Amino acid sequence: MNKGLRLLLSILTALTVFSFISISQAKEPYKIGAIFSVTGAASFLGEPEKNTVLMLVDEINRAGGINGHPLEVIIEDSKSDETQAVLAAKKLLEKDNVLAIIGPSTTGESMALVPIMNNAKTPLISCAAGAGITNPVQERYWIFKTPQYDTSAVEAIYTHMKKHGITKVGIITIATGFGDAGKKALHDLAPKFGITIVADERYGPKDSDMTTQLTKIKASGAQAVINWSVGPGQVVVTKNWHSLKMGIPLYQSHGWGSKKNIELAGKAAEGVIAPLGRLVVWDKLPDKHPQKALLKKYEEDYKAHYKGEPGTFGGHAYDALMMVVEALKKAGPDRKKIRDYIENNIKNWPGTGGIFNMSPKDHCGLDMSAFEMVVVKNGDWEILK
Amino acid sequence: MSKGNTAALLILCLLVFSLPILIKGSYILTIGIFIGINALVAIGLTILMGYAGQVSLGQAGFYGIGAYVSAILSLKYGLPVIFSILVAMSVSAAAAVILAVPALRLKGHYLAVATLGFGEIIYVILNEWGPGGPSGFGDIPHLSIFGYTFTTSQEYFYIIWGCVVLVMLFSLNLINSMTGRALRAIHGSEVASLAMGVDVVRLKIKVFILSALYASLAGALYAHYVTFVSPSSFSLFYSIIILMMVVLGGMSNIWGGIAGALIITVLPEVLRGFKEFDILVYGLILTISLLFMRKGIVPLMSDLFKRGERRPSRIQG
Amino acid sequence: MFTVFLQFLFSGLTTGAVYALVGIGFNIVYNSTSIINLAQGEFVVIGGLMMWLFLEGLKLSFMTSIILTLAVAGSIGLIMERLTIRPLLKKADLLLMIMVTIAVSILMRGILMFKFGKEPYSYPPFTEGEPIIVYGAVIQQQTLWVIFITGLCIVLLYLFFNKTLLGKAMRACSVDPRAARLMGINVSRIVMLSFVISAVIGAVGGIAITPISLMEYDKGPMLAVKGFCASIMGGLGRGRGAVIGGFVLGILESLTAGYIHSGMKDAVALIIMLFILFVRPAGLFGSAEVARLRRF
Repeated sequence: MNKGLRLLLSILTALTVFSFISISQAKEPYKIGAIFSVTGAASFLGEPEKNTVLMLVDEINRAGGINGHPLEVIIEDSKSDETQAVLAAKKLLEKDNVLAIIGPSTTGESMALVPIMNNAKTPLISCAAGAGITNPVQERYWIFKTPQYDTSAVEAIYTHMKKHGITKVGIITIATGFGDAGKKALHDLAPKFGITIVADERYGPKDSDMTTQLTKIKASGAQAVINWSVGPGQVVVTKNWHSLKMGIPLYQSHGWGSKKNIELAGKAAEGVIAPLGRLVVWDKLPDKHPQKALLKKYEEDYKAHYKGEPGTFGGHAYDALMMVVEALKKAGPDRKKIRDYIENNIKNWPGTGGIFNMSPKDHCGLDMSAFEMVVVKNGDWEILK
Repeated sequence: MSKGNTAALLILCLLVFSLPILIKGSYILTIGIFIGINALVAIGLTILMGYAGQVSLGQAGFYGIGAYVSAILSLKYGLPVIFSILVAMSVSAAAAVILAVPALRLKGHYLAVATLGFGEIIYVILNEWGPGGPSGFGDIPHLSIFGYTFTTSQEYFYIIWGCVVLVMLFSLNLINSMTGRALRAIHGSEVASLAMGVDVVRLKIKVFILSALYASLAGALYAHYVTFVSPSSFSLFYSIIILMMVVLGGMSNIWGGIAGALIITVLPEVLRGFKEFDILVYGLILTISLLFMRKGIVPLMSDLFKRGERRPSRIQG
Repeated sequence: MFTVFLQFLFSGLTTGAVYALVGIGFNIVYNSTSIINLAQGEFVVIGGLMMWLFLEGLKLSFMTSIILTLAVAGSIGLIMERLTIRPLLKKADLLLMIMVTIAVSILMRGILMFKFGKEPYSYPPFTEGEPIIVYGAVIQQQTLWVIFITGLCIVLLYLFFNKTLLGKAMRACSVDPRAARLMGINVSRIVMLSFVISAVIGAVGGIAITPISLMEYDKGPMLAVKGFCASIMGGLGRGRGAVIGGFVLGILESLTAGYIHSGMKDAVALIIMLFILFVRPAGLFGSAEVARLRRF
């Protein structure tokens, strides 16, 4: 054999041996499902959630996966429709055999999935806010959620109002699940804070003008107005509030947390107050805050990958995914073990939404302290002390 | 019933019987279940539009009434499910009468718009006053008879497609009976059929009620299968989807209802891969099929089959 | 008390103006083809989004942006007519035509979503400044623009249909296309023109309303339904009727939200529409006999 041939043969042998080793070492991927409202009425929720997950999965896999296993997240679009969410869940559970599902983006869809996930004994970490998703907790053994309770947001608002001597409020809510949940929470919690609701108005998701409703609120003698919606309705209400010169403060829900809203509302947004997750104000937090570093990294990475900011909604998916990832890392690819891990070991866990404390009694893990009261000043956020 | 129809019905029964045995996965069966539910609504609309010549853009309203009434009766009032379904269908029929009497005096576009208005009003009622409002409600009891509760996709596949078969049997017989011929006469010319002694008004109302019954049955079955309902499933968009199914499948043939339901229910699943593009592709496919396959799939297919034979073209009913 | 009523009124005028424009668009197409173009709402969205694209996205001048937007909208109307309506007009029955317009509206929405995404867009109002106060009620400057522009369109259309040969030819077509053809009028060109005009009118509405209420890719269907209610109220096919229908609808919606229950707002349009259909299908201004004779 001449030298050239020997060299070639050794290289080939080496390559063969090497690939044999890496094949036998290639580990099975961990499969997780995700259902988001990428299109449809709730796409402003689903799109950042999807983008966040794609970004994180890429990052995790480039760092070597979870204990060497690649992470595979199969993302399905529910088109903001419960029937589609049900179909997507069935596909993920049966065809793809996923270990857990994160999402869906809306409360309605999450509720539709509760019996399916319970039957399939697979954990669901929802990115929707409705309290009913994780309550009553005895019937939600397999269900968790990452967004804050809307009741916590209401508590934050009412606490601020009480501090400022506001006792009469007018509320205006959107006719969707989110708006209704907020309306209920606003009514339920008002007596506790000595607050009376003197006006209660509504509007539809595609309405273009709310001056009528705001005029009624102004005439009712309210000392403040609370708007509970997500989507463009928030901006329209803000603009109407400004042009009517209502003279009383406008509070928004925790859905207000997006720079786009300030941009679209222009100078009308000055002075608007809202309880927001810390993602939007991370740069105003003290350096020692446990959430600051991860929030900074999340927002910068997201901006580098996609145009636009992630907003708090993308953050819900971030938290859901990272919880599952940690559970996989520490407890392994077993549905029950993942579920148990999340229920028992997510304590003092800093996420984008807040610092989570899950427990058998609380499958959401966040309370009022997850929020900062933020006011819009000079076109930017400012934390209220 | 013609030989062709009998044969088709038997083939359907065979398929329905064997599919859940061959396919174990509940994902495909679930799609099949939704196809069946949509087919029930589509068959009713096909008879209304294709045979009686009346337009309805409000079938989602009857579908929604069926779902909500049955769900509320069985959940909040504890009534047995079968009973709830029957009551829901009756309520739907009553609504059909209330709508039909003034509306069927209108023609063409006006009728379409009146039915659209009806559908939308039902949607607003469900959205404002339905339990849970826009978020809907769950924990709806599953279907149960004599104490046995149906829970698996296999069982529901049989139940729903069993209903489809029965509905097809009934409808095919109806089409070929005196009533059916009277219907087609109305579609051809109301004036002529009046002259021939056909009680046009009553017949039209009856067909309207029939389409409402089918739609509400489908709605009730949906509610007890998914065990969760929310108003968004019963909006104008759904009425348009059903209309698309009827037109695409072929208005002149009630098998078109099943064909249309099959295509349009499966389409979003096939398009899942397209993500962002899916609305685009959906619209494109629909536009192109409407432009080039005007009669609908089923008549197109049967025309292709009949190409060899010389036949004077029948007045399409 | 009066202030509050006035405020409701102004709010109703704003939305009513857009309904009126959409309704006029419906009428123009209906008159020349007996088709109800359910994609009419999408032209409003196209108007708003394209205006944003030219004004904010490409930073073109105001007038240039308007002209370009209207040109784009008109072209899309033209393409729609040529590709989907013309081939089917003589052959297919009217129901199929309605279905085709629905399919086209879905297609348009898909394209808009693809290009613009799902977020809302806006641009500054035509004139910046404080809102005007009338007897204590506030009216935004842009609202006045919307009403002014609507009025301008109505005047221009009136002049067109009554004083120009082409306009009169279009009216001839709407009465009897066969007779019109016999008189040497090119009916198919008239049909094309009607789609172009209705597209442009829709777009005008979109351009005017976006600074107030923002614009997103899926605002089309709701506008179409409401605009359609407006034209039915006024009597399908009657230009004047749609205008009045639109404003009346907007004001009634606003008053219902104001005095009765804000959740009922959307039902108002529908209930009124049903009422008119059942009691007086010709609408407020149409003649009952003509309505019965019209071919469907």
